[in-house]
This record gives sequence, C-alpha cells and structure tokens, in this order.
Amino acid sequence: MLETTLILYLFVFVLAVFLGIELIGKVPPTLHTPLMSGTNMIHGIVIVGTLLVAGKANPELGPLFAFLAVFLGTLNVVGGWVVTDRMLEMFKAKKGGR
Amino acid sequence: MHGAETAVQSASAGFINLAYLATAILFVIGLKMMGHPASARKGNTVAGVGMMIAVIATVFDQQIVSYPIIIAGVVLGTLVGWVAAKKVQMTQMPQMVALFNGTGGGAAALVAASEFLHGTHMSAQLMPLAPAITSLFTLLIGAISFSGSAIAFAKLQELMTGKPITYPGQNVVNGLLALGAIGLLGVLAVSNPSLALLLGFVAVALLLGVAVVLPIGGADMPVIIAVLNSLTGMAAATSGFLLYNNALIIAGALVGASGTLLTVMMCKAMNRSLSNVLFGAFGSAAPAAAGGADAVVGSITEVSSDDALTLLENAQSVIVVPGYGLAVARAQHAVRELCELLAENGAEVRYAIHPVAGRMPGHMNVLLAEADVPYDQLFDLEEINDAFAKTDLVIVLGANDVVNPAAKTNPASPIFGMPVLNVDAAKRVIVVKRSMNAGFAGIENELFYRDNCMMLFGDAKKVLEQLVRELKGAAAGVH
Repeated sequence: MLETTLILYLFVFVLAVFLGIELIGKVPPTLHTPLMSGTNMIHGIVIVGTLLVAGKANPELGPLFAFLAVFLGTLNVVGGWVVTDRMLEMFKAKKGGR
Repeated sequence: MHGAETAVQSASAGFINLAYLATAILFVIGLKMMGHPASARKGNTVAGVGMMIAVIATVFDQQIVSYPIIIAGVVLGTLVGWVAAKKVQMTQMPQMVALFNGTGGGAAALVAASEFLHGTHMSAQLMPLAPAITSLFTLLIGAISFSGSAIAFAKLQELMTGKPITYPGQNVVNGLLALGAIGLLGVLAVSNPSLALLLGFVAVALLLGVAVVLPIGGADMPVIIAVLNSLTGMAAATSGFLLYNNALIIAGALVGASGTLLTVMMCKAMNRSLSNVLFGAFGSAAPAAAGGADAVVGSITEVSSDDALTLLENAQSVIVVPGYGLAVARAQHAVRELCELLAENGAEVRYAIHPVAGRMPGHMNVLLAEADVPYDQLFDLEEINDAFAKTDLVIVLGANDVVNPAAKTNPASPIFGMPVLNVDAAKRVIVVKRSMNAGFAGIENELFYRDNCMMLFGDAKKVLEQLVRELKGAAAGVH
C-alpha cells in the first residue's frame, strides 16, 4: 500500500518536472528575472507545510521554530509575489504599439 | 457515530485535495502566462490566487487545531514581506530574489525537521527508511539553500566583498563537508537518532551552503541564484512527499525544473560547466596567469565628449550594450533619455543584451524596463549579433567580458569559446567605463585596443547625462 502511494507521488513529481521544462523553455530571456522571482513565489507553497507542522496541538519544533517556519514561508510568498508584480508592471511595449 | 465522523473527515480531505488541484492548475496557467511580456503580470496574479486557495484550504485541515502561532507567523511575514518588497529598488532586485529564495529554503528545512522529530518521537523505534531519508534530504537541501542564499544576499548587497573568497584546499574542505553531511544523513536514518546528532547535521548543512557560495564571484551570480532557486524548489517537492501533499510536489517540481533549466542556460551563455562555476573560483586567478595579456597589441584611444557628440549626431544606427556597470551607476534612465534623443535625430536605436549581463538572468531587461525602455527594443545575443557589422555606432555601458573579441579569437584566453556580442564588427565603438581596470574575469579586453574603439572614461550616469545636455544644446542651437 505504502509503496503504491509512493509510486503514485513519483509519477506526479516526474510529470510535473517535464511540464516545468516545457513551460519555462519557451520563456524569452527578457522575462528571466521576473520568471525567477515568480517561481520563487511558487516555491513558497512550502507555506502549506509550515501551516501543517505549526498548527498541531504540540508542534514538534516548539513554538519558536514553528513560528519561524510560518514566518519564513509567508515572507517567501508575499515578498516574492509583490516583487514580481512590481517588475512586471514596468514591462511595456512601444507607446501606441502592440 | 464513529463511521459518520470518518465520513466527514474524508469528505473534508476530498475538498482540500480538490483545492490543491485548483492550485496546481492555476500555477501551471500562471507560469504559461508569464512566458509573454503582455500577459506576464496577470500570470503572476493567477499564480498568487492559486497560492491563496492552497493556504485557505490548508487552514481547514483536520491536523490543524491550534491557530495562534499560525496567525502570528502569517501576519508578521506578510507585513515584513510586503514592506521589504515595496521598498526595494530595482537595482537591488538580485539580492531581493536571493533573500526570498532563502526564506523558502529555511521554511522547507524546518518542515522537514518537524517531520523527522515527529517520526522518531511517535514510535519509540526507528522511523521507516524512506520517510527518514526523505525528511533528512529535504532538511539538507533546504538548509543549504537557506545559508547559501544568505551569503549570496550579503555579497550582492555588498555587506561582504563580491569577489570570490578562496583559500588553499577549499575544494577539499567543501568535499569533506559534503561527505560529512551525507554520512550524518546515513547515520541519522539507520540508527536511533539523538537531538545532538540532528543539530550537528543541520550545522554541517548550513556550513556547506556558506562554503559553496563563498568562492562564487559577482559575474557568476546569475548561475548560483538559479541553482539556489532550483534547490528550494526541490526541497518544497520532497517535503510534499513527506506530507503526502500533491500541491507541494507539483509546485516544487515546476520550480526545480525551471531553476535547473535556467542554470543550464546561464552556463551555456558562459561556455562553462556547472562544476567549473561552482568549484573553479573563476576570476580569482592573477591576471598575469590568465594569459592573453601579452597578445594585446595597439593602444587605447580616448575620446573627448565633443567628439563623442559628433559621432552620436551622425550615427544612423546605434546599438547600446549594457552591463553590470549600468546597474552600479544607476544610469538606466540617463541611457533611455539619450536613446530617445538619438531616435528623434532619426537613428535606429536598439539594445543588445547578453544572457549573463548583470547579476541575475534578465537583470538588464528589468533595469531598462524600469526606465520605460520598450521591451521590443531589447534584443538577445542571437537576434542581434549579425546586426553589429551594419551598425554605425555601438555604445558599451559598463560591460566588459561579454564584448571581448578574445573569446572568439584567442584560444589562450580564459573566456575563449564564450559566446560574446560582436561589438568589434561595428563601424565605431564607444566604451563608457570608470577606469582601465580589467573585467571580472581579470583579463585584458582586446576590444579597447581596436582602431574602431574609443574610450570615454567616467561614471556612466554622469557621462550620459552630460551627453544628453550637450545633444539638447546642439539641437537648440541649430533651430
């Protein structure tokens, strides 16, 4: 049972890696910095993990490190998103063009 | 009664998993939209909505019973993240990306540590091997990404020297640290682990992150930032295996793949292997040992700003080549102003961007975008390299190694084989530069000694602003 579950998760992982390569390979160099910052925000998904480990009745990490985990995860998501948004706001085509 | 409770639980688990599916879909669509300048900003918002859905759904998870720590962490993290991201200047973007990358790595490491403690405490015996290795591995790469990003941040923010920091036997020390980390991982996974051993493991992992980034010099930063980005993505994915969470696995895999791909692209753009970047301490070698300095013939021609003005006025086609010096001098607005004047004068103006110009992938594009340069004036190396031969005037602003023709012609040069911009093929080249110091790679630039190349010494911003003033004055004088 455990092995089947693990294999299923591996399938998901490997397919997502291929999808990632397909998606990113087509991004023009002009957008590499915002892309990197945007994917930065996306790996902030680890915030979900921090919520799960910090929301237990007795977090194994203890209150201080549990707080630190949620804090770091949130910083990653919020900071990453705002910085990416600020950068992309500036990308403009020629005035009146496309 | 018990059966009903289980049914409610599994219904809510189903709901949460559906929410994670929505998150995964929104991340993929968001990333897809980020591939085009026109839709990129919306793409970021789409991905952000996906993230919010995941966070809100998780809060309803049965495992979460205590909220004070969560609320404190989310509120404080939001405040600090928002303010920091709003205040940072565009020239400081590379260090900001490094910083937020490190926070993600740190968070993943803490999640993994928690899972390891959980697994070893709950059962008085050993944790099953697969989750034990997964949690320790996540802890390892999360911690490396955390401390490595912190050093990258310190270097870029100039809290410490941006030059490679090297010492004799460095690669041996790094190798021993890596072996030590792997050894401790093995011991922790198969023996009854103690807290002291776990803390030792974390310390070695953190040290390893520091040790790997210390010898990386400024111009290699685009590569190391991409590597760290990829590591944090992988750490998020492996923590997803620990928590049986598809959202983490998919999102982490997407980022891991993207970071790896960018790493490969950056290495290709420098014609170097990843191991050469990581272990070569490039740019720390003495210039004399670099070879090629003797091969330079001819002398340097300095140009007065009057002569530069004449060249600018007469040029029908102009290509600007920006480099890290442009970011240091914060000259992006000045260069846009100059180019607008040239365009009004009837010249065709374009920008040529080398893939590794600056301190992170696409650094120059962001700076020029900030100064309102339309992105359709920016061209990649492949797109524009043939155009140099038909160009009247090239202005090199704070770029050095990426325009060195030695990369094409001198097999003794350390950068031989690196794709460079064919600036030397243009009719005239003006290089705006602070002084005659060698570039990051510590090598002489043959371009500066060519007959068609002239040097305009000074701070890029001041030089450009003066040229703008004089061009405006000249135009006013004529009319």
